[in-house]
Amino acid sequence: MSLDLFVQSFISGLSQGSVYALVGLGFTIVFTVTRIINFAQGEFVMVGGMLSWAFFTLYGVPQVPALILAILVATIVGAVLYSLAIRPARKASVVSLIIITIGASILIRGIVSEVWRGDFVRNGTDVVRPPYFTGEEPLHFLGASIEPQRLWIVGTTLLVAIALHFFFSYTMVGKALKACSVNRIGATLAGINPRTMALIAFAMAAALGAIGGIVVAPQNTTWVEAGLMLGLNGFVAAAIGGFRSQLVTVVGGIGLGVLEQFAIRVDWGPFSSGYASAIALVVLLVVLLARSAKLAEEERIS
Amino acid sequence: MPVAVLLLLLVLVPFDWFLGDYTALMILIGIHTMVTVGLCLVMGYTGQVCLGQAAFYGLGAYGSAILATTYHVNPWLAMALAAVITGAFAYVVGYPIFKLKGNYLAMATLGLGLVVVILFEQLDSLTNGVRGITGIPRLSIGDFVFDSPFRRYFLVWVFCLATLLLAQNMVRSRTGRALKAIHGSEAAAESIGINAAQFKVKIFVLSAVFASLAGSLYAHHVFYISPGRFAFLFSVVIVVMAVIGGLASIWGAIFGTAVVRLLSDKLLIELGGWDMIIYGLILVVVMILVPQGLFVGLRDNYERWRLKRAQRGAVA
Repeated sequence: MSLDLFVQSFISGLSQGSVYALVGLGFTIVFTVTRIINFAQGEFVMVGGMLSWAFFTLYGVPQVPALILAILVATIVGAVLYSLAIRPARKASVVSLIIITIGASILIRGIVSEVWRGDFVRNGTDVVRPPYFTGEEPLHFLGASIEPQRLWIVGTTLLVAIALHFFFSYTMVGKALKACSVNRIGATLAGINPRTMALIAFAMAAALGAIGGIVVAPQNTTWVEAGLMLGLNGFVAAAIGGFRSQLVTVVGGIGLGVLEQFAIRVDWGPFSSGYASAIALVVLLVVLLARSAKLAEEERIS
Repeated sequence: MPVAVLLLLLVLVPFDWFLGDYTALMILIGIHTMVTVGLCLVMGYTGQVCLGQAAFYGLGAYGSAILATTYHVNPWLAMALAAVITGAFAYVVGYPIFKLKGNYLAMATLGLGLVVVILFEQLDSLTNGVRGITGIPRLSIGDFVFDSPFRRYFLVWVFCLATLLLAQNMVRSRTGRALKAIHGSEAAAESIGINAAQFKVKIFVLSAVFASLAGSLYAHHVFYISPGRFAFLFSVVIVVMAVIGGLASIWGAIFGTAVVRLLSDKLLIELGGWDMIIYGLILVVVMILVPQGLFVGLRDNYERWRLKRAQRGAVA
């Protein structure tokens, strides 16, 4: 593999993996606070991307406000999801909660494809691409040409991850969330309302997904079904972090992205790059099986 | 008695003077009921989530289609071979996957479903990629070819009822009780000598074989298949069918399947994305209000209400 191809794959992998990391962080935050895996997590990436496209292209909102609006609306969707679907099912079993969040993900997908159906039909496809943040002119670095958007994706992710770290370490709400994930009953005794914390966790996870969505949509485009694979990859990132460590989740997500991008560019003989999406599943199975004993133990405790 | 009424209805449906053009719909209901029953066994009775049932349905369909068109294997033999291959695949995959539980199992089966569709799209020389396979031959017994919907209707429902009876017998057998014990508490089940891992894989393989047979029937029915028909959404649709029928209910599967097929083939046909909205709402609302499934939940509530009224009557 030549140097320029190496650099190209590496940077593509970083930007691809950044989105997995953001989705994975959403999984981790919701799981630590509520012990629920939200199977609709990937949809927030799609919703974020779709909204930023709709606000900018359809409704003529200037770019920066369009991006902020997209994150805000997606955050509200996350809060509504918790209030209407998760909170009423407090005593539900794991199986019920899986079905509920799967139902929510299908519902979100259906709503998106209905709301903009006219535009999808007019365009002949549901694949949309919001504009790049800063120009399309690729940067040249060590012989590789890199779209500036990829730098935006990686930069935003790192910034968000660092901000999250400070949020959980130094703010009252962050510490309350942390307390809830360490010991729910103890946190309640200290005057923390776990339901409010759960609501905040869902809203934050939605915001994280939407941030991933708005930065990645100009690069990768987005479409109604896009959340599915992103959700799976984000889940893998979260599983690498054991649904606990945010740092390992970010590293795991980015590592997964890099692995995937290298795998696409290597010549596998009869196997085409179309198989790349299968890599996430292989990693998922390996990680889950390696951790299965520990994960089962955690599930018993919770 | 209800079974007799059901059988009478089933015999009447394909005649045009009875329900008009509902034969094609009833064929699909029969085929999909077979898949739903398999999922009910895995999810309702054993308590294990599977979000990749469409994969096995697809493997059956593709297995039959490839063997019967490219290799000119007798369709019946193709169907049996496809079921064996799918079952073996489910066993090989199920063995590691069922070491996982709950959420992780759900995500692993979801991923499995996605990967199988990728295989359908990418193994171009075998599956003809996204263009799909066409010209799948009809099933026949001697000179009797199942070439009209009227004939295929009876073929499908013979398979479907056989599947339902098999599933019902199994649920009432030692295996069925073992599965219910696993659902209740895996640790307790193992403490009385039930090999939980083995039972879970076994029931997973059985559900895969049901789905595969259904897929083969589908391939021979519709004549043309493509990867999109076996995508994630179909796995979810099967879950919707099971949830409406009542997760742990064999005969409820027919009801759940019929409701969903009626909804999406007859009522929502003009409405595009609305099917996803309705499926999503059904899953969320039913699981919040009646977690045991709609059909079974309503029945349970009715029985409870009747019992209460009888008690009140006895007191008065």
